[in-house]
Amino acid sequence: MPQPGEDMTGKTLYDKLWDDHVVRDNEDGTSLLYIDRHLVHEVTSPQAFEGLRLAGRKPWRVDANLAVTDHNVPTTDRSRGIADPISKLQVDTLGDNCRTYGIIEFGMNDPRQGIVHVIGPEQGATLPGMTIVCGDSHTSTQGAMGAMAFGIGTSEVEHALATQTLVQQKSKTMFISVDGELGPGVTAKDIILHIIGTIGTAGGTGYAIEYGGSAIRNLSMEARMTICNMSIEAGAPCGMIAVDDTTIDYIANRPFTPTGELWDQAVEHWRTLHSDADAQFDKVVHIDAADIEPQVSWGTSPEMVVPVNGRVPNPFKESDESKRSAYARALEYMGLKPETPITDIWLDKIFIGSCTNARISDLRAAARVLEGRRIAENIALAMVVPGSGLVKKQAEEEGLDRIFKDAGFEWREAGCSMCLGMNPDQLSPGERCASTSNRNFEGRQGQGGRTHLVSPAMAAAAAVAGHFVDVRTF
Amino acid sequence: MQPFKQHKGVVAPLERANVDTDAIIPKQFLKSIKRTGFGDNLFDEWRYLDHGEPGQDCSQRPRNPDFVLNQERYQSASVLLTGRNFGCGSSREHAPWALKDFGFRALIAPSYANIFYNNCFKNGLLPVELPEETVGRLFREVEAQPGYELLVDLPAQSVTTPSGEVIPFAIDSFRRQMLEEGLDEIGLTLQHAEAIRAYEERRRREAPWLFRS
Ligand code: SF4
Repeated sequence: MPQPGEDMTGKTLYDKLWDDHVVRDNEDGTSLLYIDRHLVHEVTSPQAFEGLRLAGRKPWRVDANLAVTDHNVPTTDRSRGIADPISKLQVDTLGDNCRTYGIIEFGMNDPRQGIVHVIGPEQGATLPGMTIVCGDSHTSTQGAMGAMAFGIGTSEVEHALATQTLVQQKSKTMFISVDGELGPGVTAKDIILHIIGTIGTAGGTGYAIEYGGSAIRNLSMEARMTICNMSIEAGAPCGMIAVDDTTIDYIANRPFTPTGELWDQAVEHWRTLHSDADAQFDKVVHIDAADIEPQVSWGTSPEMVVPVNGRVPNPFKESDESKRSAYARALEYMGLKPETPITDIWLDKIFIGSCTNARISDLRAAARVLEGRRIAENIALAMVVPGSGLVKKQAEEEGLDRIFKDAGFEWREAGCSMCLGMNPDQLSPGERCASTSNRNFEGRQGQGGRTHLVSPAMAAAAAVAGHFVDVRTF
Repeated sequence: MQPFKQHKGVVAPLERANVDTDAIIPKQFLKSIKRTGFGDNLFDEWRYLDHGEPGQDCSQRPRNPDFVLNQERYQSASVLLTGRNFGCGSSREHAPWALKDFGFRALIAPSYANIFYNNCFKNGLLPVELPEETVGRLFREVEAQPGYELLVDLPAQSVTTPSGEVIPFAIDSFRRQMLEEGLDEIGLTLQHAEAIRAYEERRRREAPWLFRS
């Protein structure tokens, strides 16, 4: 018999992950949560290590940390190091801190180096059932493993280092169910852009999102990561997907994955990491997979997105005053006229990369479109930046690099690159880019640069045509 | 951390929704390994007409006269009034560092992005949430009255306008206490070191694969 006050309904995946990690409940409604994996990169960690040192503290559990340098590193020839002295200092500082405390670091020239959210799952360093944090909002990517993964600020990086815990308030839960068959040429990127277009960039604020439904279950692990990656663009600090065979097959035999008896034990537990059939969510959103078309963002927020056969909206037709002014401002920044067909938008640059879309399946999808074709005359630069050194190596073994190079693309070293342009890969003012990344904010890829978010296949097709085209008829 | 109790200051209106962290502090300034010195580059792409790089003398740079923080009447502003979903985007704590370094002590908006909101409390910056309607009304009042000041009172959880109107707001008790007393959160957590160790021991038994290395 359940006791009075005891919860009789089933648990959501988020509830299970939460309950497994509570060290103690505080009197004020927050909880102290244990952190299983802390990923560290050069941009958000130096002040945390400094804080640690100034307070005379040291990392609580060194082996829970894994560090990589990704944001500042050049994607061209690395034999001469980093030209920008300020970037160099930041990268060197990470190296010094990791050496001081004995934290494993994949440095710039390590073959395993890459974007932090790509290398975590690739190494098996982030596993189902874990709490995973990193001083980076796209940590949400790794919730695809059936984990609770969220981005934190630098003060929390210091807190996680010093105590292996974080003080957290439980989020509300949202279930986004995508059901039915996806149309041909429609990818995970289109699903998540469509979701954000539907619920808005603040639609997930205060929620932990779980994605499910038949269309999600049919996705590969890498495609699931693309979905969870952009949870933060919907306002949610974390997104997650239940563990199934796809998850477990993906994890098997990776460098940090448990083996032997531990593996069997782990798998048994991982099989329980799904929401119970009678679990209650605070909010449920249903999406019909058949309604999703290839998406292109037209504005300066990821919710400003339309199907490729659509048109740039007309702000004057918006009844909501704040939306009207935001749309007008976005159009001005983007240099677009209302009602322009998306396929009439011409491009200057193409960027295939970022933690959203730089895994091997993304490169394969782009290469399939590019095979035997060349980029259009008006494209000043088209580049592929693999998500990690290992993705790059794999692609080269499959001959994808040749396809890209023959098509006129530059084939680069792994890193964040033009997703945010902290290194020399940037847009110039007014330049327009089809990008497989996750943010189209003003200035994101370079001051005055204009970003359109698309899937890798759509970016490749746009590179060939010189303007956006519907990859389904390409 | 600098505690926050009451603060009275000039209000600057930034009437935009979805102001993202790339706008608050552009990426080139994130290369710093320090926590301070970001104030000159707060809203850099909106504030200056040229392209900003770290290490410049910002007093020599051409300013955008249309940007609100460049207007004479807001020079001493320490309260920022802005639109919904402020601070969306990345987890960079450089955003609250820059706001604080510029001189802001409190923010008022209809809503904030989660990570940004959290980061404010770690840095003595109070993000006040008020209904969209109220914020809309405050925008009109600020515009109409040069030198418009608000009194933000954290223990009382209220904002007082120059006309004496008292507007209540709510902050959860944990965050309020942290900010009011300027507590060292890590120090507080380490008081529970025993509980953390006990948890680890139990987990090592239940989920040993998490502790192999
Ligand atoms: S690829 Fe882009 S979004 Fe991902 S971690 Fe790097 S900068 Fe952030």
